[in-house]
Amino acid sequence: MQVKLALPKGQLQDETAELLKEVGFTIRGYSEGSRSYRPQCSGAFGIFLKVFHEKDIAIQVAIGNYDLGICRLDWVEELLSKYHSEAVIKVRDLGYGRRNIYAVAARSSGCSSLEALKDHDGSLRIVSEYPNLAEVFALKQRLRRFQIFPVWGSAGVYPPENAELAIVAESSSKKLRDQGLVPLSTLLESSACLIANRDSLERKNLSRLLASLSTGEAPKYYVKDSSLANASLESRYTATDRPLISVALPDGHQQHPTVVFLDRAGLRVEGYNVGKATSRPRIELDGVAVKVVRPQDMPLHVANGNFDLAITGRDWLRDHLYRFPSSPVDEVLNLGFGRVKIVAVVSRDLNASNTDDLRKMRRDSAFRVASEYVNIADRYAHDNHLAPYKLIPTWGASEAFLPEDADVLIENTETGSTIAKHNLKVIDTLFESSACLIGNAKAIKWPEKKDRIAYLVETMRRGVEASCAC
Amino acid sequence: MKVSRCKGTRDLLPQDMAKFRCIEAEFRDCCLGWGYQEIRTPVLEYLHLFTSAGTLSPDMLGRVYSFLDWDGWSGERVALRPDGTIPTARLYVENFQNLPIARFFYVENMFAFEDTGKESRERWQCGAELIGGSKAEGDVELISLALEAIGKMGLGPVELRLAHAGLIKTMLEGLGLSGENEADVLDQVFSGNLSALSDLKSGNTELVKNLQFLFGLKGTSPGFVKNLRGVLRSALPARDASLNELARISNLLTSLGFDYQIDFTSGRGFEYYTGVIFSFYCSGRRLGGGGRYDELIPLVGGKDICASGFALYIDELMGLMGEVSQRERILIRAKDDKGLKPSLGLARQLREVGYIAEFDLGYKKTADFRWIINVRSKEEIELLDQSSGKKRRKSSFADLLKLLEEARCR
Repeated sequence: MQVKLALPKGQLQDETAELLKEVGFTIRGYSEGSRSYRPQCSGAFGIFLKVFHEKDIAIQVAIGNYDLGICRLDWVEELLSKYHSEAVIKVRDLGYGRRNIYAVAARSSGCSSLEALKDHDGSLRIVSEYPNLAEVFALKQRLRRFQIFPVWGSAGVYPPENAELAIVAESSSKKLRDQGLVPLSTLLESSACLIANRDSLERKNLSRLLASLSTGEAPKYYVKDSSLANASLESRYTATDRPLISVALPDGHQQHPTVVFLDRAGLRVEGYNVGKATSRPRIELDGVAVKVVRPQDMPLHVANGNFDLAITGRDWLRDHLYRFPSSPVDEVLNLGFGRVKIVAVVSRDLNASNTDDLRKMRRDSAFRVASEYVNIADRYAHDNHLAPYKLIPTWGASEAFLPEDADVLIENTETGSTIAKHNLKVIDTLFESSACLIGNAKAIKWPEKKDRIAYLVETMRRGVEASCAC
Repeated sequence: MKVSRCKGTRDLLPQDMAKFRCIEAEFRDCCLGWGYQEIRTPVLEYLHLFTSAGTLSPDMLGRVYSFLDWDGWSGERVALRPDGTIPTARLYVENFQNLPIARFFYVENMFAFEDTGKESRERWQCGAELIGGSKAEGDVELISLALEAIGKMGLGPVELRLAHAGLIKTMLEGLGLSGENEADVLDQVFSGNLSALSDLKSGNTELVKNLQFLFGLKGTSPGFVKNLRGVLRSALPARDASLNELARISNLLTSLGFDYQIDFTSGRGFEYYTGVIFSFYCSGRRLGGGGRYDELIPLVGGKDICASGFALYIDELMGLMGEVSQRERILIRAKDDKGLKPSLGLARQLREVGYIAEFDLGYKKTADFRWIINVRSKEEIELLDQSSGKKRRKSSFADLLKLLEEARCR
């Protein structure tokens, strides 16, 4: 019987590859920079490997799609703290990728202890990539009123203006201090660990992998010299007697085209260059503050007034509005760049050429619809009567899910080449998306802010026109 | 594809609903008789109502069904009501703050996640809350009301057990345990494992001995409370009023002729309460309980006013209740179109005097009905008594009703 092992991509990839090599497995297609999701293990028959985002690994092992997995303990606890389950067994601490989960506040807020935060008037805003751990923490601390904002990343950038607390992962408290953050509490000590599905442990023969990975000396601690790019990120807001206009700019794939666009619009943003970006770059306009966050997180934070304006994608705006139809976020300007199609994708081997074919397929089990766009995927499955269906939220590397771990994928594509490369095909185009400027409907009309917001919008409009002329 | 009900939920079938309504009716009658007014709070409340009350333990809060509503972009979660008392306190603060005394009761469903899915995650409760008024008398009023209501449901002898949350808290403080440690020790003590106390590595051996004394004995009279006072005098602060409160309630209950047992291991879930805790048992099952929670109203934003209440678990009560007798059912058959109109009139009259009158729409099984009436016309009515097999012909509705009434009286 085949044994399925889920391997992490990203930060743990190097050390995991090294560990597997050390215990005698020769693996092709799992080195850094490799874009394969299905590495091959030569000399060890009957082992199926797949590469996932770390956060997905705990889920995949819990639901039994994979017998074993390697990911950091924090993602396992994030899953188990909300969904009490005995399906995941923590087999062994693998020793590398150590980091802690901290509750932090901004140093500039003057807050130095949890007790001081508990006296906070009103609701405590908590930002985290670990919303479940954040909730357990809030309940254990008996915080009387709190709001949890799940984010895809950059949680430490939100305090103090946009949150009182952030729950973040970091390798040492010193590194937090370097980022202008104060650790108030350590929630969890984490490192890479080998996890197993309980049922697989009880029924299948996993001994070859278990023996290699969970006996003998703990593997050596692979220390990565991760000198922080953003070593000093002190708040650099200029004092002003008027309320600041806060603008969010995207990191990741959208960053480069945004840099080009802002340049074309004549907006100089110091510290937002690709490769050298800080999380709080400086714009040359008085009374305007900029933060760099994940585009996925922007609509929610614009809705809450944390940002007045943000550059994100129409896809993420739509995903937000499907979930919260009365949210006060509006598209202010279509920026036109970063065009992608949001498509429904299936395996090329599946006998379906459109959504109708898919719906008509006779099935014994629910359709598994995977996507980073959970609400768009939900709407797609719902509107197309794919009954019954299950949603599988993903955190990247989504193509890897088809065909073994999902039936349909809702994904964005620019040229379709990545989809074709993974032996997948598009069966439906849901809509076209491009970058857009979004704004908080109330802030845009607020007398104290509206002139400066209108100026920024107008400047960007000229940038769009200049782009068209090019 | 067969679609079954959600894991951890249950359907209430007709025979269950008959018991449910019977319990609800007895409870409502008793509460109304004692001057309590019925309320119903929404199933959805803000989660922060329950976190800000500070009365539910982190473990209980971790089992609350909460989610973001369609307009929940602010991260403000809403919750399916896990508890009846806290929403009642909110309702009081919102609407009746100026009332010096408020008596409310409710019959509502509560929701809490349960891991195995074997027990229902939706639980029905009938509860009563008394806000304001004097403390001991209020507690005794609630105990009397609960015992009266359970008594009317005819479930058998009910045991009343008392404890005092204030006393347990004061004693435990002296041990200096961490929150989690304390909860663990108490869990074991409440499950009957008193040795958990002797295993404690507390430097205060005198206090551990006193706790074993407190949890190890069960009293049935005001004299027991006096004994407790004698033994625990040195362990309690001079101003501690717990034992005085317990003594007053004990005296009142004895003078009213109620049997009770003072059993501190019955204080499970005491975190919620500040004063006396009472529980009701029947055939070894806990039917419900309650107690005094004087800090709750200020915690949800109201004035400083004392309060106390109890809830009975309808699922437990239903489990102990025998079959509920139904009103007599009569099956009516119109022989042809001519008989249709008179049979409709006859059915209406039967319903007016309290019978269940059903039309025959093609029943195969008529054994459920004692009476079957065949109607040819207003003057040609045939009555079949299935219990005796006798057939009688009547020529008017009045004669027919008279016959039925005579049979009912017999």
